Amino acid sequence: MGLDVKPLSTLHDKASFEVADFDVPTGREEEWRFTPLRRLRGLHNGTAEEGGKVLLEAEAPPEVTVETVGRDDARLGRAYVPSDRVSAQAWNSFTQATVVTVPKEAVASAPTVLRLRGEDASAAAYGHTTVIVEPFAEATVVLTHRGSATYADNVEFVVGDGARLSVISLADWSDDGVHVSHQHARLGRDARFVSHNVTLGGDVVRISPSVSYEGPGGDAELYGVYFVDGGQHLEHRLLVDHAVPNCRSRVDYRGALQDQDAHAVWIGDVIIRAEAEGTDTYELNRNLVLTDGTRVDSVPNLEILTGEVAGAGHASASGRLDDEHLFYLQARGITFDQARRMIVRGFLGQLVERIEVVEVREKVREAIEAELDRGAD
Amino acid sequence: MATLEIRDLHVSVGDGSDGAKEILRGVDLTVQAGETHAIMGPNGSGKSTLAYAVAGHPKYEVTSGTVTLDGEDVLDMTVDERARAGLFLAMQYPVEVPGVSVSNFLRSAVTAVRGEAPKLREFSKDMKQAMENLSIDPAFAQRSLNEGFSGGEKKRHEILQLEMLKPKVAVLDETDSGLDVDALKVVAEGVNRFASGDTGVLLITHYTRILRYVKPDFVHVFAGGRVVAEGGPELADELEEQGYEKYVKAGASL
Repeated sequence: MGLDVKPLSTLHDKASFEVADFDVPTGREEEWRFTPLRRLRGLHNGTAEEGGKVLLEAEAPPEVTVETVGRDDARLGRAYVPSDRVSAQAWNSFTQATVVTVPKEAVASAPTVLRLRGEDASAAAYGHTTVIVEPFAEATVVLTHRGSATYADNVEFVVGDGARLSVISLADWSDDGVHVSHQHARLGRDARFVSHNVTLGGDVVRISPSVSYEGPGGDAELYGVYFVDGGQHLEHRLLVDHAVPNCRSRVDYRGALQDQDAHAVWIGDVIIRAEAEGTDTYELNRNLVLTDGTRVDSVPNLEILTGEVAGAGHASASGRLDDEHLFYLQARGITFDQARRMIVRGFLGQLVERIEVVEVREKVREAIEAELDRGAD
Repeated sequence: MATLEIRDLHVSVGDGSDGAKEILRGVDLTVQAGETHAIMGPNGSGKSTLAYAVAGHPKYEVTSGTVTLDGEDVLDMTVDERARAGLFLAMQYPVEVPGVSVSNFLRSAVTAVRGEAPKLREFSKDMKQAMENLSIDPAFAQRSLNEGFSGGEKKRHEILQLEMLKPKVAVLDETDSGLDVDALKVVAEGVNRFASGDTGVLLITHYTRILRYVKPDFVHVFAGGRVVAEGGPELADELEEQGYEKYVKAGASL
């Protein structure tokens, strides 16, 4: 960014459905500087070959409808306008979209599960998902991402007045997976939204969860757990835009890294606009570095444009396993390897245990154990 | 009969810049099962260093001397091996370990020290009883280890661990510091419970106050990184009246 005049909010000032409205990123831009563009296989510059396949398998309780619709469906793109080039590319390239609807006042009796599986990473695939939770409805949606893919998509969550939505998104791609995703939640008055991003597998995964509020009383909790192995790039870019009064947001992302060139990026942007009096926000990112050779970039940004906030804060901390923790556990007879596991498990477990869907929670626990086994060699 | 023998122990601690600084300068001490030893001394005399060196904290380097437990070379063992061999250190400042619950931690430790997992029902019963003995609210079992505990609660949990692990020799590093009288009594009762059994106790303290509740068989005065005086409980009474002053001078002149 140059020294030209800054907009009122310097965070995420641009939105458009047109790819051409965004310059091809060079890697020098603030929003792209941490991302290895060369490993995006052309998703960012229009050179990606189309024809990749990401298949969907859906499972929903009777109260919830899941539809596959064409590009022209009027419900798409109403909550979210792409905010970067890959997102705009995905918007203009998908052929089919998935719409999940939870009707007014319905309480879903079971989670809705959308299983995405990539068939082939050699060509790009694009997707779009819109989840609509109508006023006073309640639902849980689980998204899983597995297999090989070069995939860009946008996910919209429209949470109506007084509605509740809990989302668990698991990115556990094969080693060659590339995934660039935007997840935007638009919250109605008194709506409640809880999101868990669990990011484990893939070569490059860049997820941008964002939240906007339509009316007062909105409450968003955004949690994330990631485990980065050697050579992986796992990036999370959060944006919470407080533009109406008396809303709340909490962000807590935690990751562990091990082995050469494991790279974690966390960007936590929070805007409290002039109108958003009484905002209560806190964001936190913590990283546990388990070996040499890893890299963490953790950048919290808090932009406050009103003096009337209820609470606003952020924290970021990245560090090695604490020698004093290890000593304490070992001094009680626990071996080094087990002590290390207990500490990492505990550190990530505080977020994992918040995942309400038992099967998913257990799967995540198992996946973390598998990561720890890998590190024990 | 378990015996911890410390012979001519010299310990240094690196300060990160101009090399190591010698803290312990030839410590001799023998603790037998069933005995309670008090180690008393002014700040900076090396009491805590002795505790951490025996437990194997990586910050402390043993430059010469020996430590054996029933003839086994303790200094050759890793930290966890020492604990499994029967050594226990109650820490002065127990660390907070987020996300690791007290019960999970205790069960892991008991499993490690005994070499096999205790039956869940027995373990739960033992833990409940031990917590009750120390007036610890049972809800603590599910809390993260030491996280948000008050100073007194942390110390009680150190004693809880001690009672669950049943070591051969326990080193208590200023377990009495920062406790109010009620907490001190609870902790002292705990110490007396296991000191009356087969455990040898090395009670490191700055104050004589705890010795009103825990009767030591031997008192050792520490100054300048070594033991400068030894005696029975009467030595503690003398320190209570006269303080450490004369020993500080003695330590300095060594």
